[in-house]
Amino acid sequence: MSREIHPAVVGAQPFQTAERGQFDGPIFKTKEGRLRLEMALTRYPDKRAALLPILHFVQEKKGWIETSDMEEVAEALEVTPAYVHSIVSFYTMYNQHPVGKHLIQVCTNISCHLNKGDEVLECFLEETDTRQGEISSDGEFTVIEAECLGACGFATVVQVNDRYFEGVTPENVSNILDELRAGSHKR
Amino acid sequence: MSFPYVHELETRTLLSEYQGKKDARTLKSWRDEGGYQRVRKAIDMSPETITDVVKESGLRGRGGAGFPTGLKWSFMPKEDGKPHYLCCNADESEPGAFKDREIIRWTPHLLIEGCLIGARAIGAEHVYIYVRGEFFEDTQHLNKAVVEAYEAGFVGSNIMGSTWSCDITIHTGAGAYIAGEETGLMNSLMGNRAEPWAKPPFPAQAGAFGMPTTVNNVETLSTVPGIIEHGSEWYRQWGSEKSPGTKLWSCSGHLVRPGNYEIALGVPLRDIIFDVCGGTPSGKPVKAVIPGGSSTAFLSAAELDCATTYEGMQEVGSSLGTASPIVMDEDTDIVRAMRRIAQFYAHESCGQCVQCREGTSWIVRILQKIESGDGRLRDIDTLYDLCEQMTGRTICVLADSVVFPLKSSLDKFRAEYEAKMTSDKVAVG
Repeated sequence: MSREIHPAVVGAQPFQTAERGQFDGPIFKTKEGRLRLEMALTRYPDKRAALLPILHFVQEKKGWIETSDMEEVAEALEVTPAYVHSIVSFYTMYNQHPVGKHLIQVCTNISCHLNKGDEVLECFLEETDTRQGEISSDGEFTVIEAECLGACGFATVVQVNDRYFEGVTPENVSNILDELRAGSHKR
Repeated sequence: MSFPYVHELETRTLLSEYQGKKDARTLKSWRDEGGYQRVRKAIDMSPETITDVVKESGLRGRGGAGFPTGLKWSFMPKEDGKPHYLCCNADESEPGAFKDREIIRWTPHLLIEGCLIGARAIGAEHVYIYVRGEFFEDTQHLNKAVVEAYEAGFVGSNIMGSTWSCDITIHTGAGAYIAGEETGLMNSLMGNRAEPWAKPPFPAQAGAFGMPTTVNNVETLSTVPGIIEHGSEWYRQWGSEKSPGTKLWSCSGHLVRPGNYEIALGVPLRDIIFDVCGGTPSGKPVKAVIPGGSSTAFLSAAELDCATTYEGMQEVGSSLGTASPIVMDEDTDIVRAMRRIAQFYAHESCGQCVQCREGTSWIVRILQKIESGDGRLRDIDTLYDLCEQMTGRTICVLADSVVFPLKSSLDKFRAEYEAKMTSDKVAVG
């Protein structure tokens, strides 16, 4: 499936999608991968600037970024694999490990903290029977604590893949999990 | 969410008039409302005139520092033959602030207009809108608007049939608070870690890709079209001499009606908290307010009559910041709240400067110790000492940003810290 994307927004595609495993082999051997790379390169005076958009693309397709992907991206953008790794490990949104189908990020920063954010996080961990960063036994969920998600007036804020849940309370955690399990969240 | 609720103190003129109205997202309705006429007007104006109008309006940067926008633009070199860039800072990540997201998701065309006018003023050939990566859903609205604007000939080559060309690219971040610092943002844009650099070189000399660059906040740029349309005198009907205009207030914490409100600068903070936002849900008195996002100093309940202007906030030892009051009611544990705030800065420190990298984590460890009841009186002195060591000694102001709330909480709520230490331990000191 190849959607048509305007070059101006090539780096701004949702990249924490729930669909996984579409790409097993090298990313840039595919037509879509090559197209995205070429398109991203037209938007910046410097090749390296396409690094973040391209890493987003890898994560969009694979759900996380592994060493072989970093090597491939490094070759395409003429930087070292170590450099790519330094970027992947600097930015929190790049997953360096596989995550569950639904990556649940619970904000516990100050405004959410004042509105039971910590309890919401505890509830998610308890209901999914995981510790932070683990994948639940059914492969559905990974729960982590997040820093401010920028929607403080609607605390507690929970981000699930590319979607925001606002005003989450400990009471509606199990409903959200049921909804996610049922897959009714798909856009 | 403020809409459809609108308070009489609100002035929904420049920024928030169309918030909550889905139709305004489309180019068609935006044009029906007079959209892009301001860009047309700006194309017919010289860059110097645009800069002068914005200068006269007194508009100050809305990203937190409050630097005069027109003055910032005037730093850009003229006719130097180099490409110029405008970076729109949409990496909104200051805890407490959520105003830019509202502009992006409700009025993307307003932001695009602002970007174009700003680009025209500084002679930029390319605008990069750096949106924080977490705003997936909101960015989709902006994406759609940019593509629409390209198709209509409002962005790209020969805009509106003129000889002027300017591109816009949406660039998404990947989760780093420090990418909201202007040099960190440009580093991130260039494909580097979002580490701020020591100035000079200033962005206007050598910024993104080594070329003259200006970085402006989303709200700042979105205010510009209104100023260009109506003039600087019109804009000055609101606010004070030094802080003119209206401002989006992102109100959060213990509030009955949290949300975004566009309010003329100068209203007492108390009115925003109690009249507009309805006070605390528990009905209990307010204990403390952090007025401008978590990087600003705590205000005690006695200081809430201060005027919400840049100078008014300074008078009470805090700052307007991003105008994002975080309200805490009487039951709030200040030590615990402060520990959570410090934890954020420890997590987000980029690690370049020792004072910040080590200092932020020390603060967290000491606060955790006090919170768990193992604190000693001398820990408070250590915290004060850290505040001293971390102020003004680092490349960027992240270290200073944790000092503001920490020091003010120690000054104003010292009793709360001491109450967590049992009496015999205090005696050992």
